[in-house]
Amino acid sequence: MTREGWTRLGLVAAGIAALEALCRTKVIKPLTLVPPSRMVHDLAGLLIAGDIFDDIGQTAIEVGGAFFLAIVLGVLMGAAIQATPRLRRAVAPVLASWYAVPSFVFYPLLVALFGLSTSPLIAIGVLSATPAMVVATIGGLDRVPRVLLRAARIHRLTAAQTLWLITLPSALPSLFTGLKLSFAYAFIGVIAGEFILSGGGIGYGIAYAYESFETPKMYALMLLVLIVAVGVNGALHAWEGRLLQRRQR
Amino acid sequence: MTAEAGAHATLRAVTRTYPGARPVHALGPIDLDLMRGEFFSVVGPSGCGKSTLLDVLAGLSEPTSGEITFEGKPVRGVPDGIGVVFQEDASFPWLSVRDNVAFGLRRMGTDPAEITRRVDYAIGFMGLKDFAHSYPAQLSGGMRQRVCIARTLVLQPRLILLDEPFGALDQQTRLLMGDELLRLWRETSATVLLITHALDEAAMLSDRVGVMSARPGVFIDLVQTNWPRDRDSRIVAEAEFGAVTGRLWGSLRAESMKAIGRAG
Repeated sequence: MTREGWTRLGLVAAGIAALEALCRTKVIKPLTLVPPSRMVHDLAGLLIAGDIFDDIGQTAIEVGGAFFLAIVLGVLMGAAIQATPRLRRAVAPVLASWYAVPSFVFYPLLVALFGLSTSPLIAIGVLSATPAMVVATIGGLDRVPRVLLRAARIHRLTAAQTLWLITLPSALPSLFTGLKLSFAYAFIGVIAGEFILSGGGIGYGIAYAYESFETPKMYALMLLVLIVAVGVNGALHAWEGRLLQRRQR
Repeated sequence: MTAEAGAHATLRAVTRTYPGARPVHALGPIDLDLMRGEFFSVVGPSGCGKSTLLDVLAGLSEPTSGEITFEGKPVRGVPDGIGVVFQEDASFPWLSVRDNVAFGLRRMGTDPAEITRRVDYAIGFMGLKDFAHSYPAQLSGGMRQRVCIARTLVLQPRLILLDEPFGALDQQTRLLMGDELLRLWRETSATVLLITHALDEAAMLSDRVGVMSARPGVFIDLVQTNWPRDRDSRIVAEAEFGAVTGRLWGSLRAESMKAIGRAG
């Protein structure tokens, strides 16, 4: 591990240790926050008992579905906008303000459209995650060097070959940024949606535990959300680093 | 320039005008016969249409009028047998040197054993053997340009077009790259057309040098160097070298002044 990696790990460990000490010495009351070691213990208990597998499964389907659809829609929309200057000029202000719209306000409309199922939550995730992928796709395609496209023509590549062999690899760094952001937004959108209006999922589990004063369970589930968010983002970051390392001096 | 027997590529009354609210007449009319196996360079003031000439000859853009042929056939799109080396770095940063060089052969579905043989040869020829598994980002600008030349060479093009390929390199590297280009030309027997703004480069490398006017570019002089085929950069020390560059500059000076006046 690099020196920066050890420093990062040390900072996180020190923060957890400080929190543990503050909880154990009752500086922070048990009803307010349970010690991190207790969170781990409770989470392990929930996982062993299998009580939260249904919630985990529902959230995984919603986040996975939203993430996948956001990638597909984002890449298609980004490519269409990048290839059509007039469309780009027309939608640029919309794209810029899309981030500012809280997707949850559309929940009643989405329920009316899709009914009370997981679909409205997937739709919220898609609405939250798609703009990042659109913007990343446009940026990535903008940065494909023109000379590489000319080289593709000299090699007499077809349009599909040019897309697959030249454009996509060239735009990959920007697309990866879009992937990481899209996952984060899809995850936030789905968990927050479950939190507000749902009958299942990890977000609902946290809200239910909060309302029924099950503080240990609430913190265990919050720890699970934290682990998944950091874990997936870290895995994407590591994958990106391995793929892009060779491109850097 | 008149048509001669053995012309490898021909341009007849070729013009190129860029459309728009104020159309720009960039090139021509150009008449040129590129003889099979010759090394022909084009020099001219900035913005005179040198690169446009290369684009229409390579089939990367259509001439507005006129006719271009390669090996007797009209050029419509990029023809088989033409290789181009660009001024900008066109190496693929996500591929190793070896994969960059093998790119075109793999696309053509060449037999793997043949790919290995030809890639090994091209990598060795361009002095890239120790860098075969490196990525372009790990190489200098000159080395990356070698990768691009190797990627072109491996396809065994019969006409090689080079658009100021050494423009971004320092003078010493340019001279050495020029030597390698001459070696490549001798060994492959390909016809070479080099676009350059460097008169010494054109004088050193070429059998003939075409001097273009300020925009719209037309040929205003054609200089035959009469160098032996087996030559290298040491030719710059020859007395005749000064005479060739002197004549090129004599033809070009007034046009360069025009171009600067237009730019100012």
